[in-house]
Amino acid sequence: MKLTFPTLAPTVALLTWASGLLPSGTLVAAGKVDFNAEIRPILSDHCFACHGPDAKKVKGGLRLDLHESATHEAKSGKIAVVGGQPEQSELVRRILSSDPETQMPPPETHKPLSAREQDVLQRWIRDGGEYKGHWAYAVPVRPAEVSGPRAIDGLVRARLTELQLQPAPSADRRTLIRRLSFDLTGLPPTPAEINDFEQDEAPDAYERLVERLIGSPHYGERMAISWLDVVRFADTIGYHSDNPRNIWPYRDYVIRSFNRNKPFDQFTREQLAGDLLPQPTLEQRVGSAFNRLLLTTEEGGAQAKDYEARYLTDRVRAIGAVWLGQTIGCAQCHDHKFDPITSRDFYSMGAFFADVQEAIIGRREDGILVPDASQASALERLQARTRAAHLDYDAPHLELEAQLDHWVGQQQVAADQERRWSVLVPAAMSSSGGSTLKLRADQAILAGGTNPENDLYRLEVTNRLSGVPAIRLEVLPDDSLPDHGPGRAGNGNFVLTEWVAHVESGGHPVREVRFKSAQATFEQTVAAGDNVYGRWTANAAIDRDVLGPKWGWAVLPEVGRSQRMVVEFSEPLNLAQSEVLVLQLRQQHGSGHNLGCFRLTMTTDTAAAREQVSPALPSEIVGLLPASDATREKLRDQFKQRAPEFAGWRERRQAASKAQADFESQVPRCIVTERASEPRVVRILPRGNFLVETGERVQPALPAFLVKNAAGNSGPLTRLDLANWLVSRDNPLTARVVMNRLWKQFFGTGLSKVLDDLGSQGDPPRNQALLDWLAVEFIESGWDVKHMVRWIVTSDTYRQSSVAPAELLSRDPDNRELARQGRWRLDAELVRDNALSVAGLLTPEVGGPSVRPYQPDGYWENLNFPQRSWEASSGGAQYRRGLYTWWQRSFLHPSLVAFDAPAREECTAERNRSNIPQQALVLLNDPTYVEAARAFAVRMLRECSGDEDDRIRWGWNQALGRSPTDRELATVRQLLDKHLGEFKADRASAERYVRVGGSPSPIDFDAAELAAWMDVARTLLNLHETITRS
Amino acid sequence: MNSTTEWRQYLAQRQTRRAFLGRTSQGVGALALASLLQPRLLSAASPTTDRWGGAVHPLHFPAKAKRVIWMTMAGGPSHLETWDYKPKLQAMHGQPMPDSFTKGKQIAQLQGQKLTCFGPQHPFQRFGASGVEICSLFPQIGSVADEICWVRSMTTEAINHDPAHMFMNTGSQIAGRPSMGSWAVYGLGSDAESLPGFVVLTSLGRGGQNQPIAARQWASGFLPSRFQGVHLRGKGDPVLYLGTPPGVTRNQQWDVVQAVNQLNNQHDAVVDDPEIATRIAQYEMAFQMQASVPDLMDLSPEPASILSLYGCKPGDGSFASNALLARRLAERGVRFIQLYHKDWDHHGGVKEGIELKAQEVDRACMALITDLKQRGMLKDTLLVWAGEFGRTPMSQGDGRDHHNAGFTIWMAGGGIRPGTVYGATDELGYSAVENPTDVHDLHATMLKLLGIDHLQMTVKFQGIDARLTGIAGNVLKDLLA
Repeated sequence: MKLTFPTLAPTVALLTWASGLLPSGTLVAAGKVDFNAEIRPILSDHCFACHGPDAKKVKGGLRLDLHESATHEAKSGKIAVVGGQPEQSELVRRILSSDPETQMPPPETHKPLSAREQDVLQRWIRDGGEYKGHWAYAVPVRPAEVSGPRAIDGLVRARLTELQLQPAPSADRRTLIRRLSFDLTGLPPTPAEINDFEQDEAPDAYERLVERLIGSPHYGERMAISWLDVVRFADTIGYHSDNPRNIWPYRDYVIRSFNRNKPFDQFTREQLAGDLLPQPTLEQRVGSAFNRLLLTTEEGGAQAKDYEARYLTDRVRAIGAVWLGQTIGCAQCHDHKFDPITSRDFYSMGAFFADVQEAIIGRREDGILVPDASQASALERLQARTRAAHLDYDAPHLELEAQLDHWVGQQQVAADQERRWSVLVPAAMSSSGGSTLKLRADQAILAGGTNPENDLYRLEVTNRLSGVPAIRLEVLPDDSLPDHGPGRAGNGNFVLTEWVAHVESGGHPVREVRFKSAQATFEQTVAAGDNVYGRWTANAAIDRDVLGPKWGWAVLPEVGRSQRMVVEFSEPLNLAQSEVLVLQLRQQHGSGHNLGCFRLTMTTDTAAAREQVSPALPSEIVGLLPASDATREKLRDQFKQRAPEFAGWRERRQAASKAQADFESQVPRCIVTERASEPRVVRILPRGNFLVETGERVQPALPAFLVKNAAGNSGPLTRLDLANWLVSRDNPLTARVVMNRLWKQFFGTGLSKVLDDLGSQGDPPRNQALLDWLAVEFIESGWDVKHMVRWIVTSDTYRQSSVAPAELLSRDPDNRELARQGRWRLDAELVRDNALSVAGLLTPEVGGPSVRPYQPDGYWENLNFPQRSWEASSGGAQYRRGLYTWWQRSFLHPSLVAFDAPAREECTAERNRSNIPQQALVLLNDPTYVEAARAFAVRMLRECSGDEDDRIRWGWNQALGRSPTDRELATVRQLLDKHLGEFKADRASAERYVRVGGSPSPIDFDAAELAAWMDVARTLLNLHETITRS
Repeated sequence: MNSTTEWRQYLAQRQTRRAFLGRTSQGVGALALASLLQPRLLSAASPTTDRWGGAVHPLHFPAKAKRVIWMTMAGGPSHLETWDYKPKLQAMHGQPMPDSFTKGKQIAQLQGQKLTCFGPQHPFQRFGASGVEICSLFPQIGSVADEICWVRSMTTEAINHDPAHMFMNTGSQIAGRPSMGSWAVYGLGSDAESLPGFVVLTSLGRGGQNQPIAARQWASGFLPSRFQGVHLRGKGDPVLYLGTPPGVTRNQQWDVVQAVNQLNNQHDAVVDDPEIATRIAQYEMAFQMQASVPDLMDLSPEPASILSLYGCKPGDGSFASNALLARRLAERGVRFIQLYHKDWDHHGGVKEGIELKAQEVDRACMALITDLKQRGMLKDTLLVWAGEFGRTPMSQGDGRDHHNAGFTIWMAGGGIRPGTVYGATDELGYSAVENPTDVHDLHATMLKLLGIDHLQMTVKFQGIDARLTGIAGNVLKDLLA
């Protein structure tokens, strides 16, 4: 966080300058003005907006970012910078002018130069007005004067000598092990570990400690936290409904990569282009989830073009933040004002990601299966079983030849019998409820249009009939119906509640037609609890509603296929000429349970009418009959699909597939990068406006200010090319950016203070030689992260004490010169980890699905679509490390928010480090910390057998790794005694207090005693020192 | 040094010494330096509460408003059924929307559909001496119309809820920028003794269109966390983790806080870490909040006449209750109070929907204006009533779609010219055509009333001098009293 203040009183500027402290805190050594350290920041901040890289905004033809332009005549004919001659330089004349017309910077910009800045600009020109390229754009070179493991100390000390500062002495061993443990694993050392280290007299005691911690599985967790911030990892999509997505395997990928010390160049390639690597492994594909970490939306009414542009800019900003340390985002609407990044660079960078397959608007896909080792072998077994079952099914099975012949014969008989039925096509049909009834090509009737609550279909048959004993209703599937029908209800069902018929002549009823019996291929038994027939039977459709109108024939769950119902007339039906048979199909069940598709057939064969109604012969089989050599193999397929004789193979195949699918539903999934066949078109959007589609179309290209894009001879560049360039020796930025962030983890501040901007508006590194040395060593070590960590933490600079003499504090308040170590409050996740660890509650398991620590009820009340409530994790999952907390972007867990964990909506290279009352409320009152206090109190009572003072000392050692002073002991003892008395007098309150949290409260302690010790524990867990790394 | 008084004195001395030396860590170092330069900051900063006195000293302009109550009508209220009467739209009801109005404009859910004019669903009538025409569903607001300035030419860039709220709150559609309340507290500090300077309250509507609101809407973005909005909740602890653990009395909690602070103080004597003094102050502040927030939320001292003025029952979680709480927060010196009232997203059933909303907000808005006025606080309290966007003059079934080319907001109090109408949309209520106003203008005007030049209050972020108003914003001088 860099704050600027609009006005600096001149007296104070002089005062601070005189003491060698510039307003920005820079300590300077005497000598020549350095362009990059002192001049470029002034020119950039005060001049570049009008005299810098943004081609459209350059005033007077003068660019002060380019030596060429600054030292030649501008439009005015004057020269801004005349080396060695301030009095000839227009720049000097203008900055000293008091005339608002000519004064630079113009008063209306509110960016006046201070007296010191005016002075240093003049001195620079007097010295020759030398320009240097921006420091971060030159490939880093290893400083010649140092080499080997002591290089860090050499470079730091060289600068301290120059500034006449003394390095601090080494910290004591207790401080060192606490510092190292927090920095390398994020967990506190146990008193036993502290003791071992303090007693270890071997000369390599420190180095061995470092190796132990770097080798710990918790090292990867610690290193992952800042990476997850900068890549904006979260469990939810971010915008609007902020729904979940399957992404946590990527978090574990990051942890694993650090633990296995994956070279950073490989780490980079996998994340940007894991899918483009040759035969990518599962690990590499999960790494490519990086491209999916951005914010997405499901909001109705969101425009695809709008969000396509948002996603592009989001991804480009990420490359800028994670690898380049450049504020590329500024070039979304115009060329960058301060750095030579053009709009073309911006959109060309975005074009690299145009092939990432994704829904622009809507739910993220489930992603690929990511089994762990044991799941993978189980899955392999199941897949083998499925394959085997399929193979067995597919085999010819010549042993069943006789059964096949028999089955084909049966089909032929059925087909022959089917000829006894002929289709009746109604001469007229209508719906009382307003449905439209239409004839399908196969003479079936299809209902469409509105689907009323209830309906009645009236069908008129005018065929001449003679001696018809029965009529048949076939209900049929159709793709236009819900779940393919045959009904119109949402689940494809219908209820035919009553079927009545009469004969009319001349428009008048002449006789009633009665039914004798009804039977169907299938009658529904589900949801029949209150059905008076016990099931949804065909008989209920011809009962003249004697048991009520709502019962009838229905077929759930056998929807989506044909079913048949045959009704036999009381006596064979004859229909004379001019007579009309009127059939009324009533559907009174309600909620649209109406027939969707059906066909009427009739027979004159009494035997056909009375035999058991058989399902329709599938049309696939009908088409293959009569059997011949030509159709035999296809009939064999049908035999396998349908014949009871083949049921065993069928069921084994289905069971194997189902077992596999069931298992897969338990296996984690992760959205990853899949390549779209056709990349999206990327255009330069003028002023970033997605509505303007006339901008030039661009192809993927590397930023032109850093690299000459070779003429395309091998097709467009890919994300893999981008990744390769990011980690190439020619890229001046990546290694510096990564080392600068790493430095911050171990010293509290980057060598260049602004972690996400190494451009001209950033902070020139205080010790560029050191940053460059780290960058070169990093590259030449093969991008070996543990190697760099090891060298940093074994340096004397790292081992210094953080307690500093007053003079040093006043000369270098922000510790930019590293004459001491830093001290700072632990990161949000580590505040939690530390408390759980001290309390003995921590579940140290590494990796797995995100977990849900206790969260206040109703915290998610403003989430919607859908509304959600938080279910706290149970058992060991409740006590996982903070980095496994469910990361809900729009409402991150409030305990984490209080301690400055970012919502990860944008890439965050640097967290705030605030000190606010919410932190006190969390540590005092959050059930997580109250429960931890209880567990800690139990430990003090159980694991220490001494008196009260001994127990306090024991607890103090657990929490802080040191013994209390007499005064500290007395303060705590006083609290204990007072509260012990109070809780003894009010046992009911004590009982309530000790029951906080999900873990069981031990019963072998007096509640009043435990409650009083809980307040001791709570006090210890709230101490500033407890949550501070020093 | 056992008694509280003693160590308070000790802290006070130490803080003064530190401030003089200007040595604290990180950003605080700069702040300490600033307090050296700005005497008011130093004197305003109470050593025990670590209060922030504000970054803008002296104020760029004389302040007309000391505080802001911003009523966010979330979901996007229809301007056509509230504050912007369009008889021509009524006349064209059911006819195709002329192409000339909509060409090249952003459209949300109605993309690619036939666009049909949809007349105002409720009658309008004139109110007050100014005779402003507003929807007859809002007679209570009408009764105080002469206090209000309507801006009928509002526009915004975004057309979906989430980005539109972000834009209205932070001036940017990209997450990570500070909310306007955070800027106000950063610039001015807060007069609240033991309450946060930026407080947010939310209420649900009964119509069921309660769009989600993310906590980022009141986040401090790149400003320090101390400037973030604190959500005061209607249920459970009003501030998260405010309640002491079950079975622990307030006195016992104080004992713990006191022990923690004493031990921290003892440790500070060894390590000399300025963060410890801040930590001690934060524990005091937290303990004070454990009393001051329940005191704030307890409406029982409010007389029946006030409850009936607002039309609320204590604890009902309504917008009206929140409006009353807003007044109580204002009285306690809170700088920026933001009320979210949801359920304005009338894609369908706008006629009935607006009726429900009118019942929920009409009386409460009138009451807030009336109550502040009778206490002499309206003159230095800026009220803003605004959705994140408006709604289309075209129908979406029997509702209206999201709309950003023209809509209405209103302001009152704190230096606003009362009883006026500013700007206008075209005859169908589609685009702002007279004095088009954007969100940056609104922010610039709000800051101006607070005494801040929006061009001068900047914080370095990603290399630029970032402002609430981005690179735009004009103060709407015609609105100023």
